[in-house]
Amino acid sequence: MVEGRAEVKRKAGLRLWLSAGWLGALVLVALLAPLLAPNDPLAQDLFAGRLPPFWVSGADAAYPLGTDSLGRCVLSRIIFGSRLALTVALTAGVITCIIGAGLGLLAGFWRGWVDVVVSRFIDIWMAFPPVLFSILLIAVIGPGVFSIILAIVVIDWTRFARVVRAEAMAQGAMDYVASARVAGRGRMGIMLREVLPNVLPIVLVLLTLEMGIAVIVEAILSFVNLSISTDDPTWGGMISEGRSSIHQAWWVLVFPLVTLFLTVLSFSQLGEGLKDRFDPVLR
Amino acid sequence: MTYLSVRDLTVRLKDGPALLRSVSLDVAAGEVRGLVGESGAGKSMIGKAILGILPRAVEVVSGQIVLDGVDLLTLPPAERRVRVGATCALIPQDPLTALNPSRRIGPQMTDRLVDILGWSRANAAARVQDLLAEVQIVDPARVLRQYPHELSGGMRQRILIASAFAAEPRLIVADEPTTALDVTVQKQILKLIAGMQARHGTALLFVTHDLGVVSKVCQSLSVLYAGKVVEDAAVRAFFAGPKHPYSAALLAATPKYTDPDAGLQPVPADVIAAVRAEVGHG
Repeated sequence: MVEGRAEVKRKAGLRLWLSAGWLGALVLVALLAPLLAPNDPLAQDLFAGRLPPFWVSGADAAYPLGTDSLGRCVLSRIIFGSRLALTVALTAGVITCIIGAGLGLLAGFWRGWVDVVVSRFIDIWMAFPPVLFSILLIAVIGPGVFSIILAIVVIDWTRFARVVRAEAMAQGAMDYVASARVAGRGRMGIMLREVLPNVLPIVLVLLTLEMGIAVIVEAILSFVNLSISTDDPTWGGMISEGRSSIHQAWWVLVFPLVTLFLTVLSFSQLGEGLKDRFDPVLR
Repeated sequence: MTYLSVRDLTVRLKDGPALLRSVSLDVAAGEVRGLVGESGAGKSMIGKAILGILPRAVEVVSGQIVLDGVDLLTLPPAERRVRVGATCALIPQDPLTALNPSRRIGPQMTDRLVDILGWSRANAAARVQDLLAEVQIVDPARVLRQYPHELSGGMRQRILIASAFAAEPRLIVADEPTTALDVTVQKQILKLIAGMQARHGTALLFVTHDLGVVSKVCQSLSVLYAGKVVEDAAVRAFFAGPKHPYSAALLAATPKYTDPDAGLQPVPADVIAAVRAEVGHG
């Protein structure tokens, strides 16, 4: 039993450290972007277009990961792109989490008409095709960071609400809730003191997953040119631009794609790792 | 002196069938009353109705639940909650779900005393430590820092018993407190509950389907069938000779150690038919 626990903990640890390491590095990179980026991410140099990354012959040492068709430094653009990606991931993730989990908790624990209203909203919401919905939303309110965040929150709150509602319902049926009721604790008190701590591990996992999803959504919106101004570097925008020159300059597409992939993967693995770490049964 | 008096309590599923039909029973101060019956007879439902934790889909149609001279059903919900919280407690059936898995034992036990009854933190901590010693938990200080999953089922049930007695309630509803435990632990827990009850002089409503348990810990019992009390008797009189044919058949159905080859004695069909007709259960 003791060895079994140690085993679980070690595996969780590796996963946690790898993903947290990547994300931590990314946060540093985003914060220190002006210091770290070798070039101005917006500077074009048409004479230095489509330079390959450093290990391919014909590369220029000034552009370690090469340049795109307008001669802009790929590495610098990835570095500056991380700022938008992380801003969106953190703010959209947290706001979605608070709204969705809050509604889910209320619906699942309070039941009654609150549950009826929230559940019907979830059903209706989930019937909208999410990408089209967000594109429509941004077409109406105009592009920009705020719009991206709003679009993610408006679309994805159901993801939290559904899961947290189910979990809160399960917890609400437990005997410890009955005992607390007999002891005279009010419903709000029970919800916050007794039930909330038990849904937190699941909320945490969902939150990190949501941050990954937010990164993807931001990339999709950039890809269809509905993110921020087209000059500013975004990973999705780079992937979109790289697509047109994939046969001549694969690096313009591949590097931002790999960065995006690792980031989203890290978010989801971070969630799993944190869950294992904070789950009292595995701790 | 009667502490709890349930009178003609009728409870039903909202717009559905009756679950309790005009149930009446009394529990005197310091008395242990057994509540026996088959699964679904409504044993637990009575306990829940008294404590005010009926499921949402269930409603009280009529009747009185008089606790210490006050009919709980006429009180506004908030007042009722305070009154029940100060004088009653529950020992739940399943020790595995009855402790909050994400909180340490200590705060879980003391919080209610502090937040709801206004005890000082130091008093509550001392009280809880004493109680854990009383339920024979070795090293209470350590247990208070542990999480429920670190403890065995028997340990958890001891903690729940200690919790139930923490605020010196006048009435405890024990909802099949030994059903989820294995037989050897069951016996210890029963002894513990009986001992605690005797020392603290608490009235106890003991919900169970095990007549053997009733004979050991209770002074009186009510036999329930399909939501109706069919017999209300003192334990000694009941085991000497039950008056109602259904309770007689129920008693006869209890397997005996003394005659292991006798096989199981089901309640005869004609007895069931008769009791069904009597309680008006289709």
